[in-house]
Amino acid sequence: MHKSVRLSLVVIAVSMGCRSSPPATVSGAPISLQGAGATFPYPLYSKWVAEYQKRDPRVRINYQSIGSGGGIRQITERTVDFGASDAPMNDDELGRAPAKLIHVPTALGAVVVTYNLPGVSGLKLSAELIAAVFLGEISSWADPMIAAANPGLKLPAGPLMVTYRSDGSGTTAVFTEYLAKVSPAWKEKVGSGKSVKFPVGLGAKGNEGVAGQIKATPGSLGYVELAYAKQAGLAFALVQNRAKAFVAPSVDSVKAAAAAVADTIPDDLRVSIVDPPGADAYPIASFTYILAYAAQPDAVKGKALAQFLWWAIHDGQLLAPGLDYAPLPAALALRIEAKLKLLEANGAPLL
Amino acid sequence: MQRPNALDLRRALTPSASFWAWTGTEANLGDRLFHGAAALCAFGVVAALAGMGVEMIRASLSSIERFGLGFVTEVTWDPVRELFGAAPFIFGTIVSSLLALAIAVPVAVGVAIFLAELAPAWLRTPASFVVELLAAIPSVVYGLWGVFVLAPWLRDTVQPALAAALGFLPFFGGPARGFGMLAGGLILAIMILPTIASVSRDVMVAVPTSYREAALALGATRFETVQVAVLPHAKAGIVGAVILGLGRALGETMAVTMVIGNRAEISASLFAPAATLASVIANEYAEATSDLYLAALSELGLMLFAVTLILNIGARLLVGKVGRAAPGVRGG
Repeated sequence: MHKSVRLSLVVIAVSMGCRSSPPATVSGAPISLQGAGATFPYPLYSKWVAEYQKRDPRVRINYQSIGSGGGIRQITERTVDFGASDAPMNDDELGRAPAKLIHVPTALGAVVVTYNLPGVSGLKLSAELIAAVFLGEISSWADPMIAAANPGLKLPAGPLMVTYRSDGSGTTAVFTEYLAKVSPAWKEKVGSGKSVKFPVGLGAKGNEGVAGQIKATPGSLGYVELAYAKQAGLAFALVQNRAKAFVAPSVDSVKAAAAAVADTIPDDLRVSIVDPPGADAYPIASFTYILAYAAQPDAVKGKALAQFLWWAIHDGQLLAPGLDYAPLPAALALRIEAKLKLLEANGAPLL
Repeated sequence: MQRPNALDLRRALTPSASFWAWTGTEANLGDRLFHGAAALCAFGVVAALAGMGVEMIRASLSSIERFGLGFVTEVTWDPVRELFGAAPFIFGTIVSSLLALAIAVPVAVGVAIFLAELAPAWLRTPASFVVELLAAIPSVVYGLWGVFVLAPWLRDTVQPALAAALGFLPFFGGPARGFGMLAGGLILAIMILPTIASVSRDVMVAVPTSYREAALALGATRFETVQVAVLPHAKAGIVGAVILGLGRALGETMAVTMVIGNRAEISASLFAPAATLASVIANEYAEATSDLYLAALSELGLMLFAVTLILNIGARLLVGKVGRAAPGVRGG
């Protein structure tokens, strides 16, 4: 007992000693960076912040997950050093920013269709089916369209009840963007966005709200983000992609989706990757972004931010799969590096 | 000038009399300081309220300009097309709160009568304590209970029974999904019940024992005693308790959001999903980016302000009436 206490004291003392003497390359006053935005990448960003502080103890990063909308508002008003958003800012929003903002993709997420059918697993859904369900055209599990897509499954006869996110969210934005892309009827009647007027169903707040409502209601179906679904152990559907293959959502199939569109991504890296080509690509996926001003007002803070982002898109990517985020495809790394090299302060590049 | 006698004092202490007259030269410095401090506190509250109102009107200007009075009656809420109307949320707020009152008030008054009049002495304190403890449960816990216990129970047991017995009424039509207006109203009822019950109990306890003794002496039964001696004198206080409960019901956000189904629709059926002003603001404010969208959400806040104010004024008028009808003990 005494021995182990003494031992742990020694360990603490040693580790504290290590902390207090940073590597020779980095020294000086602490630099504090403020960030705010999307809730979806929060687990990944907080892991990054903790890991990065071990590498560079001067840099204190405080990330507040207040939602993409709040992140965009705060970076536009320059109340934070970087913003974060699941969906890229649109032209209108960029126009309101006081200076040029760059979009840095940091990781990928996906949206899964989850359902509660006791005894049924491996449900397969085509794009047309998902659109028809969320448009309210299919309201029974006995619908012949569902049976046709799932020849081997024994489906119940009860009503099919839809659950959607009632709070504005990047998850809804990605999901409705997918529906708008694969279904002209959805695009015309509903459209896409963080909050939309769903034709049918019940709304629940947050991923946990949707999951809770689905768990409590047999026969219901809804959508949540991949990382949440994996960690909560929810049943999810295989979704048919553009190559007509049924693909399960996973870190690999999401990465494949990003790789499939890597060549067609525009210069500003603002892109939607829903419904990509590629036989093993999962079709309901998206990048999540960090937003920063190309011209940083403060050279010291700007340099710290640039170095952190550089680390995040390289070493930081190794931490992503463990938290159920898909890492950036290698094909994109060079282009994001070029983006980060645009960061400057008072005309001098920061990297 | 002479020192104020007891009658003057009472007149001065009623809100109708001007206290400036009383803070005249004859009052000492301590009294005047006390009056000044108290007045400052009172006006501070009013100023904060006015400031909030002004700020909310300012934040919702572009929505007010765009939609005008139509905002109140428009039934569509479509952020994608930037078409905003408050009617479904105003409807949801008022109906869920009134439903909660309709369920909670009879039960709460029953609880209060039991605790104040009927329960054996050894039970009164612990039972009152438990009732008050209910008020301390965080609303998210009520919400979780609503999602996993109340909603499935409503869906499998209550709603089929209601539909079978009263399905011909439009209030009990449509598919039974558990989540919806009925669940929202029930959760609110459970949440406001302890407030109404404990305040009502205090008011009833404050009714002088001599009234009860008089009723009993005239040969009244226990029930008749409550009916003729206690309730008439506690009425004003009970209405006050109901207003407190109503205030909580109107503003409650988390628990309601978790069970009401969050659909911006007006439906006659209590089984149908709905949404309230507070729930839609909580749901959509964080991710709203366009100016008009934010302004419309702020205007919903303004609507909540207005609905609360109107219902409170209505309730106060009611208290005034009841109070005049039954002179005697005033509480609450």
